[in-house]
Amino acid sequence: MDVITCKHITVHNERTLALDDVSFSVNKGEFLTIVGENGAGKSTLVKAILGMITPDGGSIEVDAHTVGRIGYLPQQSSAQRDFPASVWEVVLSGCVGATGLLPFYSRAQKAAAKANMDMLGVTPFAKKNYRALSGGQQQRVLLCRALCAAKEVLLLDEPTTGLDPLVTKELYATVKHLSSEHGMTVIMVSHDVGGALRYSDRILHLATSLRFIGTPEDYLKTPYGAAFGTEESDHA
Amino acid sequence: MLEYLSSVFSLTVMRYALIVGIPIALCAALLGVLLVLRRYAMIGDGLSHVGFGALSVAYALGFAPMAVAVPVVILTAFLLLGLSESTKIRGDSAIAVLSSSALAIGVVVNSLAGGSATDLNGYLFGSILTLTKSDVILSVILSAVVILLFVLFKNRIFAVTFDMPFAKSAGVRVRLYNGLLALLIAVTVVVGMRIVGTMLISSLIIFPALGAMRLAGSFRGVVVLSAVISVVSFLCGLLLSTTLPAGATIVLCNLAALLVCTLLGKLCKR
Repeated sequence: MDVITCKHITVHNERTLALDDVSFSVNKGEFLTIVGENGAGKSTLVKAILGMITPDGGSIEVDAHTVGRIGYLPQQSSAQRDFPASVWEVVLSGCVGATGLLPFYSRAQKAAAKANMDMLGVTPFAKKNYRALSGGQQQRVLLCRALCAAKEVLLLDEPTTGLDPLVTKELYATVKHLSSEHGMTVIMVSHDVGGALRYSDRILHLATSLRFIGTPEDYLKTPYGAAFGTEESDHA
Repeated sequence: MLEYLSSVFSLTVMRYALIVGIPIALCAALLGVLLVLRRYAMIGDGLSHVGFGALSVAYALGFAPMAVAVPVVILTAFLLLGLSESTKIRGDSAIAVLSSSALAIGVVVNSLAGGSATDLNGYLFGSILTLTKSDVILSVILSAVVILLFVLFKNRIFAVTFDMPFAKSAGVRVRLYNGLLALLIAVTVVVGMRIVGTMLISSLIIFPALGAMRLAGSFRGVVVLSAVISVVSFLCGLLLSTTLPAGATIVLCNLAALLVCTLLGKLCKR
């Protein structure tokens, strides 16, 4: 079943073409990684899927169950890293979209937030100050917040940027676990092609237009993937 | 001491100063937390300079000063918060250009209209003892609105302040909250200008939030502590200012509070 279907999306940023006739669909429960160079339109595509920008052409169809239930993990801003907030406040803010007009969070929402914190191992530092955490812990807290908003789909925008290799690996493993064990559909934007090859079900290569979408094995056979394949073995 | 206090507050001007000052100090602190956390700290400064320009022009042309200054400053606040979101013009440079120009226009217009240096001094450094009944009503209503909105929307305010893209994706109407913030901060600045003056108003907005951020470990803690610091500093400043200029004394009390908070924050970390 397709959760999100993009048909011929075209987006202009200012006067330059950011996305050109991009079509693809995302299956329920799959882990799709979007790769591409800086300025390839990855973040624009994410914003279009979230409905934060309206494409100039084409359409995005989101499964009726999924509308408003996409958990988003944006790129961190510098202001955020030293924001004075407790971990609990940050995680709970994931429920903000579902509060309606109520000024407070419901008991059920708090329980769901607690369950998510247990699942991701965030509970031990629930009362800590967000800015006192390490980069990996902060990212885990933000993932937890995204889970509170998500019922079906997680959309992660470069979640491993600035993390050391070990922490990156743990984060990938967690995301993979959410996808394979909990049936969560994951769309991740990443610069880390090595990680994408290892963990995701499918890879989408973007360079304003869609250049490739398919399994990691097939990606290695393309000119883009082949370059990364050799690079990977060079590093190893 | 009690006798001294009761003699001070038996004066109508002192009572007005209190009734206007406490709510404004409270509003400035609450809104200041949001501005400081979003790196818009200098917006208060820019707005007050524009307010000064508008007041001077209104006096020169014989219009009611507040009726001109309030809408002009609200418009500027919308412009500045809008500018900061577009990347074409850097927000901080835009604020610098705007505040200097508005201040210069104000001074020149005041001189052309034959205003005295005393008038100018009043605008620039505050004239808390010349508050009127309409200032009292405006500031009480304003602070009631700000506090009510804070309590009702605290979760959404937190979500928007902490992470605007996430809040947007979760369906929070971010533009509405930004617009509301612009409106409230504009009114707070115009009324606050009457107390501490154009040059010093941004300290009422920034200092309490900075101090609170040194000590509190949660967003709720920062908001509450910031409000407490602001009101206490205002009261101390007002009481100490019987022979000193009120606005500057209040700012110095805020500075003292900020230093104490910084020191305590350093000590607690060890």
